[in-house]
Amino acid sequence: MRMHQPGASAKLAFRFFAVAFVSVFLVASCGGTPTSSTSAPASHFPVSITEPSGAIVTIAHQPHRVVSLSPTATEMLFAIGAGSQVIAVDDQSNFPANAPTTKLSGFTPNIEAIAAYTPDLVVAAEDTGSLVHGMQALNVPILLEPAARNLDDSYLQIKQLGLATGHSTQADSLVASMRSQVGALVASVSKPARRLKVYHELDNTFYSVTSATFIGQAYKLLGLTNIADAATAATPDYPQLSPEFIVSSNPDLIVLADTKCCQQDLNAVAARPGWRAIAAVKSGHVVGVDDDIASRWGPRIVDFMRAVASQVKQIEMAA
Amino acid sequence: MTATVTVSVVSERPAALAGMPRLPWPWAAAGLGALVICCAVGVLVGPVHIGVGAVVQALIGGQVDPGQANILWSLRFPRVVLGVLVGGTLAVSGAAYQGVFRNPLADPYLLGAAAGANLGATLAIAFAPGTSILGVNIIPLAAFVGAGAAVAGAYALGRSVTGLRSATGLILAGVAIAAFFNSIQSYVQQTQTASIRQVYSWILGRLVTAGWDDVLLILPYVILSAAAIFVHRRLLDALTLGEDEVTSLGIPVRRVRLIVVVAATLGTAAVVAVAGTIAFVGIIVPHAIRLLIGRSYRVVIPLSMLFGAAFLVLADAGARTVVAPAELPIGVITAFLGAPFFIAVMRSTRAAAL
Repeated sequence: MRMHQPGASAKLAFRFFAVAFVSVFLVASCGGTPTSSTSAPASHFPVSITEPSGAIVTIAHQPHRVVSLSPTATEMLFAIGAGSQVIAVDDQSNFPANAPTTKLSGFTPNIEAIAAYTPDLVVAAEDTGSLVHGMQALNVPILLEPAARNLDDSYLQIKQLGLATGHSTQADSLVASMRSQVGALVASVSKPARRLKVYHELDNTFYSVTSATFIGQAYKLLGLTNIADAATAATPDYPQLSPEFIVSSNPDLIVLADTKCCQQDLNAVAARPGWRAIAAVKSGHVVGVDDDIASRWGPRIVDFMRAVASQVKQIEMAA
Repeated sequence: MTATVTVSVVSERPAALAGMPRLPWPWAAAGLGALVICCAVGVLVGPVHIGVGAVVQALIGGQVDPGQANILWSLRFPRVVLGVLVGGTLAVSGAAYQGVFRNPLADPYLLGAAAGANLGATLAIAFAPGTSILGVNIIPLAAFVGAGAAVAGAYALGRSVTGLRSATGLILAGVAIAAFFNSIQSYVQQTQTASIRQVYSWILGRLVTAGWDDVLLILPYVILSAAAIFVHRRLLDALTLGEDEVTSLGIPVRRVRLIVVVAATLGTAAVVAVAGTIAFVGIIVPHAIRLLIGRSYRVVIPLSMLFGAAFLVLADAGARTVVAPAELPIGVITAFLGAPFFIAVMRSTRAAAL
């Protein structure tokens, strides 16, 4: 705790100047023209963005020093051509490879360390450690893009990031391309004779996802029945399933999103006591996916859905 | 070897101990009965419904649906057996620690076993996922080594500071070691956020296991530990007389303390390695027995084994049914059921025996 004392007083000083600065800015802008438009075309600043929480974030000029504390936002920013405006990303942002990864943490954000990059826009997934308050005190616009619940949330976030960085056109075309690819994948999975069952594994202690989550929505779109939905009553999002329930549910497909964290694969799953009896294990439909893709809600969701759809087609052909 | 030494000491056991009560046989029968009933509940309940008939058929080798047989033999039976081993060991180790340190708050984690196991497991989860040594998963190995290292560290530190003249020095050394290990564990967990769910799941304890492999892995340590503590139960009674007095009776206090601590630590480290750091069992089970039945370690040690095992098997049945088909960490259940039960016991006995 003692270590934080100098930081706290520095923050207070910052806040004082920030408040003074904001007051001057407000007085100045009162005499000017009104400054808000959600439908502003690319690079027509200022822009206002309404966050999912209802908060309105105003960005006065096109940002050129963007700090992203969210691995998903980093992927989105690079996918819409705003990568060159990004000067720093958090330690978990490992994609794309040319993202400027730093030691900044989105999990335990350090306001001073972020301020040291003199950002003109900060993007984060959650407001931990008074992040929003701290950035507002420094008069740095901060945009929160929290975990998406479904693809539409994800599309909206891509468009908001496009608006915020002056890349609305690219954002719109990325969303259009994702929509058509997802549509094609959903159509490619023909109506099966019976609904196939899927078990999605987050780690080898059997944490899973229900259809209420972003990744669960992807399974739903592909017409799969998610065995974890049986646990929705007590644990709506990420239940830790009982192994005997998984075995007796007899899923047709097992998707391992714990290939990086826990080195799981078909052999590891087959070696678990009792798991050899599961249809997916017997037929070898145990597919490993990149843990990161399955835990984010960015453009690579299309790759994830393609991998799942190809498994579904294989299972249907074998049947 | 330990046994022979002990027997020779016990054979010339001082008259002061002659009056300590033996284990009353109705209580022994009650303990066995509780264990059998809890095991029956353990094999009968779960997210998958399997009838009594099928369970009995599976046990006697009759005709059972292969799916049900698979669940029973691969998952449920080993889980119940593991519950017996883990619960019995934690309770008996807790009783042993309380006897050795003459401290009612002592539990098997007093000298840092939990902190060491947590650190070992966290390091293994974060930096060496999925690896195994000689066919054994690295997580239990790392937890076992961590628990042993923490207690050995506390023992060495305590001895260097107070020369083991007082148990207090040893306990304080354990507190310091635990705090130090916990800080490193928290740091690793903070910097390796990807593994946080697994670490959390591990720390709260679980009997979701590698089936019979885990049972066989810990069985030798559990038997050795329980046997060593069991043969020292009369000496634990002697220790309650006070260190100076006992020393004057010719009982080698420090050696007894070392043997019992090593035995309890060995058992605790083994069960923590496969089940995580399950809280509370090592405290409430021995105390409930003291309050309800008797304070002599000839009563507390064997009954802790039976009732500790029964309690944990029952708690695990709860862990996999309360939010079925999801699971709760078993540590949540042991404290949630155990604390009110313990308070009820304390109130009904008016804490006279404390």
